Amino acid sequence: MKRSTFWLWVASLATYAFLYIPLAVVVLFSFNDSVLNAQWVGFTTRWYAKLMGDGEMLRAAGNSVLIALLSSTIATVLGAMAGLAMHRYHFRFLPLLVLTPVAMPEILLGVSLLLFFRQVLDLTLGFLSILVAHITFSIGFVAVIVRARLAGMDESIFEAARDLGATPWATFSRITLPLILPALVAGFLMSFTLSIDDFVITFFVAGVGVSTLPLQIYSMIKVAVTPEVNAVSTLLMALTLTLIFLASRFAPDVLKGKA
Amino acid sequence: MALLELKNITRRFGDLEAVKDVTLSIDAGEFFTLLGPSGCGKTTILRMIAGFDAPDEGDILLDGRSLAGVPPEKRPLHTVFQSYALFPHMTVAGNVAFPLEMAGRSREEIRRRVDETLALVHLTDKASQFPHELSGGQKQRVALARGLVNKPHLLLLDEPLGALDAKLRVEMQVELIALQREVGITFVFVTHSQQEALALSHRIGVMRNGCIEQCDEPDKLYTNPANRFVADFIGRINLLEVEVAASGKVLLKLNAEGLGEIAATDPRPIRVGERGAFALRPELIRVFGHKESADLRNRFEGRVKELLYLGDVTLYKVELANGFIIEALMPNAASGRAKFHEVGDPVAVCWRQDAGVYLRN
Repeated sequence: MKRSTFWLWVASLATYAFLYIPLAVVVLFSFNDSVLNAQWVGFTTRWYAKLMGDGEMLRAAGNSVLIALLSSTIATVLGAMAGLAMHRYHFRFLPLLVLTPVAMPEILLGVSLLLFFRQVLDLTLGFLSILVAHITFSIGFVAVIVRARLAGMDESIFEAARDLGATPWATFSRITLPLILPALVAGFLMSFTLSIDDFVITFFVAGVGVSTLPLQIYSMIKVAVTPEVNAVSTLLMALTLTLIFLASRFAPDVLKGKA
Repeated sequence: MALLELKNITRRFGDLEAVKDVTLSIDAGEFFTLLGPSGCGKTTILRMIAGFDAPDEGDILLDGRSLAGVPPEKRPLHTVFQSYALFPHMTVAGNVAFPLEMAGRSREEIRRRVDETLALVHLTDKASQFPHELSGGQKQRVALARGLVNKPHLLLLDEPLGALDAKLRVEMQVELIALQREVGITFVFVTHSQQEALALSHRIGVMRNGCIEQCDEPDKLYTNPANRFVADFIGRINLLEVEVAASGKVLLKLNAEGLGEIAATDPRPIRVGERGAFALRPELIRVFGHKESADLRNRFEGRVKELLYLGDVTLYKVELANGFIIEALMPNAASGRAKFHEVGDPVAVCWRQDAGVYLRN
């Protein structure tokens, strides 16, 4: 092995260790038969069992899943429309409008949404405000993925469809939709992932009464990092990884950074 | 009656007039070609016929009915795109079935017509493959099949052979002619290749800067170009600057500076003293040895400056007394003898007096 390659390996292994050891510790201690996150005592699944009996936690998880499903479905529809529009019309400010929420610091988005809901709409914070907030920050991601998919396509196939007798709607349903379907699936999974583990924005717009999984975990660690927190974090991690894996299967180019 | 009529079509993009007052009439069953360099407006015309673009002025009539405001899907014509534009998520059969499905044909009819059309383009065994599994020539044939399957009144072809390699192009040209004859559908073909246009078309419209410069049958365009542009664009040609010295009923005497008098024929009444160009095809010129006699009216001495041996023919570039370099193509038909002259040889170029054409400025 050449000297330079050796150091390259060391550097990358160190990076991955830095990234993944904390995660591994959480997973490990979620199976630890001790209330303290200090020492390995023995293997158990009782923290998971305890989790299943925690009504508050289950309600928060239910909220999270429901909000994630709804927000990513709606964001996929709206994001697809935005992506198609950005592709078709070369209106200069459109990408800016759609993509700003993606680049905006979460805390800023959280504060401004809070102000908007309370001061402008005078809305009672809760399920609806969380849902709308999640849709807002997901649209941009879907739009980017859909646009990247369209950009790689031969424009004349859409004209060919019209030319061969397809109405604009038939062109969309028979040609455009099947061709952007992988991007839609990837966008949906991406939105779902973003929604289910969002903390910052949700924290601002949740109000009292309605909680999501990340908020619930946060409120638990205010006391102490219990093994129960480790267990719920492990589950959340598993779900997120699965979704990211699925998303990368559907839109490999986008997530590999080729787009 | 004409199948397709373009009446005073003008199309502007900003300040640019892409198509200027074009009037054209195409008959049913015709293989018509729009030929011109890129940016001459030929594709714009095609897009207006297909309905992807609309003229700013003028009207397009199909079967005597105006197409103004008719969306592309409602026009009884199909287009074969340069990029083929095959639907990547559909099989070959799916692609070919698409226009029939859009027209609401019965399942049974779709199956039968798809089979027939795939047989017509020799792709029966590729029916269940996807476009990305096909070669360029096969994609081309799928695009043709898809355009023909619903028996349109008119098929528009936008440089359909442009993406193929030279050998395949010639094969597809032959297939295209046979196909058009077989189906009897009117073809409007767009190309920048004069060779393709000459080989395929019944009639050619030569375009430049948004205008049709000349519209005629291939052999008439070749032998009787209307102006310098057409003469130069189609095939190789020698263009000599001349002044009319004498004009008879048929006979024309032209004076080329530093060369002397050229005898030509032209039935038009032409004023003496008028300036123009004398256009002469290289294959109509004979190159003789400088001492050989030639019983031809036009005989000019010169020296071989360059020669290109092309196998079947040899291209001679002969420098004449006035410095003009004239190109002559001589067939190498004599057995055992490829070249008749060498570089530097004094030679004489000769041609019949009806060989060239006088082009007015």
